[in-house]
Amino acid sequence: MTEEYVIQAENLTKRFGDFTAVDHITFSVRRGEIFGFLGANGAGKTTAMRMLCGLSRPSEGKGTVAGFDIGRYPEKVKRNIGYMSQKFSLYEDLRVWENLRLYGGIYGMKDREIAEKTDTVLRSIDMESERNTMVCDLPLGWKQKLAFAVSTFHNPKIVFLDEPTGGVDPITRRRFWEQIYGAAASGITVFVTTHYMDEAEYCDRVSIMVDGRIKALDSPMALRNKFGVSDMDEVFRMLAREATRKGD
Amino acid sequence: MSSVSVSRLSKSYNSIKALDNVSFDVSKGELFGIIGPDGAGKTTLFRLLTTLILPDCGSAVIEGLDVVNDYASVRRIIGYMPGRFSLYQDLTVEENLNFFATVFNTTVKENYHLIEDIYKHIEPFRTRRAGKLSGGMKQKLALSCALIHKPKVLFLDEPTTGVDPVSRKEFWEMLLKLKSQGITIIVSTPYMDEARLCDRIALMQNGKFLRIDSPDNITASYPYRLWAVTANNMHGLLNDLRACQYVKSSFSFGASCHVTIDESASAAMLDAYLSTRGYDDIGIKEIQPTVEDCFMLMLKEDAQ
Repeated sequence: MTEEYVIQAENLTKRFGDFTAVDHITFSVRRGEIFGFLGANGAGKTTAMRMLCGLSRPSEGKGTVAGFDIGRYPEKVKRNIGYMSQKFSLYEDLRVWENLRLYGGIYGMKDREIAEKTDTVLRSIDMESERNTMVCDLPLGWKQKLAFAVSTFHNPKIVFLDEPTGGVDPITRRRFWEQIYGAAASGITVFVTTHYMDEAEYCDRVSIMVDGRIKALDSPMALRNKFGVSDMDEVFRMLAREATRKGD
Repeated sequence: MSSVSVSRLSKSYNSIKALDNVSFDVSKGELFGIIGPDGAGKTTLFRLLTTLILPDCGSAVIEGLDVVNDYASVRRIIGYMPGRFSLYQDLTVEENLNFFATVFNTTVKENYHLIEDIYKHIEPFRTRRAGKLSGGMKQKLALSCALIHKPKVLFLDEPTTGVDPVSRKEFWEMLLKLKSQGITIIVSTPYMDEARLCDRIALMQNGKFLRIDSPDNITASYPYRLWAVTANNMHGLLNDLRACQYVKSSFSFGASCHVTIDESASAAMLDAYLSTRGYDDIGIKEIQPTVEDCFMLMLKEDAQ
C-alpha cells in the first residue's frame, strides 16, 4: 500500500518584514493520522497553521494540503479542510440544527445531504434530543462536541484543531479525545495544537516548534526515548528552553 | 487572622446559579488555588471579591473590610489581574505602569522592588505599546501593574490559560516569590498540575466548591488503589479496560491509563485479562493519585 499524505510542507517559510516567523519547515502528515503540533507561545505555530489553512501566503517554500497547493489554490484548500478553534466558532443564538445547516450551506452541501448528515451526526454525538436547543443553552462539553461535529460536517479530508480542549474539565477533555480517535479511525486526518502535554501522548506523531523551526518530530514514545525522559512535558521543556525568541 | 473570609456567597444570572453558597477562608500570606473548568464560577467569584459586582446574598471580608460596604477601601488594598488582558493597549509598557501607580497614589520607584523580578523581563520593551506585546509579555506587564501599589491581596483570574508549559512554570516561580514576601494570593486555573504548587486548593464545579484542602491531603484521601497500565496498543487498551468486569474506572493519562479495580481483583488478574485479549508489553504499576485523578472522581460522584 502506498502511503497517502494529506499534508506536505517543504521549506515552508513566512516572513513579516525582517522577522522570520516560520523558518523552512518540512514535514508530512499521513491520511488518518493524529498529528500534534506543539510549540511554545511565539514559536510560530499559529502562523504555520494559517498558511496550511490557506489563510496566509507562504513567503517561501511549498505546501500541499488535501491535494491542493496552499500558495496557488488557497480557496480549494479552505473547501477541503475543517477548522475548530478554542472559541468553538458556533453561533450561540442559533439552534443546534441551524448551526449545522449554516455550515453545510457555506460549504455548498445540498439541502438533502445536509438533512441526512444532520440526522447521522446528531445520532453519533448523542444529541438528537438537543436538535432544537439554542447553542447558548448547551453545557460547555456539549458545545465542544457540537463544534467538532460542525468542523467535520462537510466531510473534510483533514481537520485543524487549534487548542480545542482549553478550559474544559478533565473528564470532558478525555471524552473529546475519544471523539478525535473516532474521526481518525474513519479516515479523517487530525492536526491538533495543545498546551496539555498529556494530550501530546495521544497523538500518533508530534512535532515541536522552537523559534520558527521544527526541532523534533516523531511518535511520543520515540521522543521520550530519544531524550531519555519519562513524559512529553520534559521533552517539551528540554526543547523549549533552547528558545531565544520570547513570547508571540 | 484570615486575610480573606467568604461566607455563603451566592450570585445568579437569571436562572443560572453562577456561585452557589460558597464559604472559605484564606490565611495571610497563603497561596490559595481555585481549580475548575470554564463555567465553574471562578470569574464570578473573582468579580465579587474584587467589588466589581454585588452578591445576591452572603458576605466577603478582605483584610477586615467588607466587599459591599467598604468597597472603596477594598479596592485600595487589592491587586487584580483579570482573565482578559485589560491594560491600555495604546499606552506603552512604561506608561501603563506609571498610570496604575499614579491611580493608587504611589510611584513606580517606591514599590519597584516588588515587581523588579517580573518587570526586568519586559523593561527592554518599555517604550513599546502594550497592544504590540506578545502573550507572555502582556501577562508579565499585567502582573506588574496589579502589584505596583503593593496590594495585601492579589487576585489572579486564570493567568496561565493558553500559556505554554515552560512559561507557565516561570509564572508560578514568580508567584512563589511573591508569596514569600507575605502577599496573600488567590489564583484560579484550569490546569490541574498547577494545583500542586498551592498551599490549599478549592476544586470548583457548577458554582460550588466540591472540596477545600491542601493538595497532599486531597491526593492522600483518594479512596482506591490506583494503577497505571500500559500496553502496545494504547487506544484499544482503554476500551478493553472499560469492558473488563472488575475495572471500576479507566481514564487516559498521557502515556498510560489510570485504572481502579474492584477490591476482590488484583493486578495479576488484570495482567492475565489483557494477555488473553492479545496485548503485549503489558505494564501494571501502582501509583500515587494526582489532583486530576481526585478531581475526576469528585466530578463523577457529583454527577451521580
